Amino acid sequence: MMISDPRPLSPHLQIYRWQLTMTLSILHRATGIALAVGAILLVSWIGAAADGPAAYAKMQWFLGSWIGLLLLFGWSVALFYHLCNGIRHLMWDTGRGLDLKSVYASGWTVVAATGALTIIAWIAGLASWSH
Amino acid sequence: MAMTRQMRSPLGRVLGLGSAKEGVEHWWRQRTTALLLVPLVLWFVIAVIGLVGADRAALIAWMHNPMSAVLMILLIVATFYHAALGLQVVIEDYIHGEVAKLATLLVMRLLCILFVLRGVLAVLKLAFAG
Repeated sequence: MMISDPRPLSPHLQIYRWQLTMTLSILHRATGIALAVGAILLVSWIGAAADGPAAYAKMQWFLGSWIGLLLLFGWSVALFYHLCNGIRHLMWDTGRGLDLKSVYASGWTVVAATGALTIIAWIAGLASWSH
Repeated sequence: MAMTRQMRSPLGRVLGLGSAKEGVEHWWRQRTTALLLVPLVLWFVIAVIGLVGADRAALIAWMHNPMSAVLMILLIVATFYHAALGLQVVIEDYIHGEVAKLATLLVMRLLCILFVLRGVLAVLKLAFAG
């Protein structure tokens, strides 16, 4: 396409060195897409329960299998990340924390909070399972 | 005014592209559903942890609680609304052909509506007839 006047162009991604902010940015989109797929799992779970005991038993077996547990683990990481980074975005929307230092501080906070929430949820979940 | 005119490309002006006067609406809906989802997701995670390994009877008993059923319906609707808004942006960013873009958007929205109906009907069935 011909561009007749010098309009702003995005710089090429390859010329940048790695930065935390760019990783967290694309992860927000990636986890959002993953969670949309995860939402189908949520609806399938509640739907199986509504369909009857046989369907629910199948769903329970699937979720308890290694691939089911792997999906649930991935889902929980994506959920906690998107939740924490989403709150970061909502904070930015109020005009707060937009300077470089705060952006990095909130970024690492999101990484730490995602890890902590995932660990807490799985410890609580596995404790609940053994009862 | 002169500034605004310069920001638009000549091609964009000829094709009539530009503000459809709904950008803020999309932004606002994404934020309101996000705000709603923060407490809903936390509630859901805690509820699910309590339900790990539970049999169907325990799940039905949980859905018989009107508050749980209402929050579950809210969670399903808000999740797919928020997902539809987010996926729309992803589709608009990566799919450039007008026909393919429109078709993908329509299919994505239809799927979101179907999953919402499936989820909400399941919750209602468990809440009333389970």
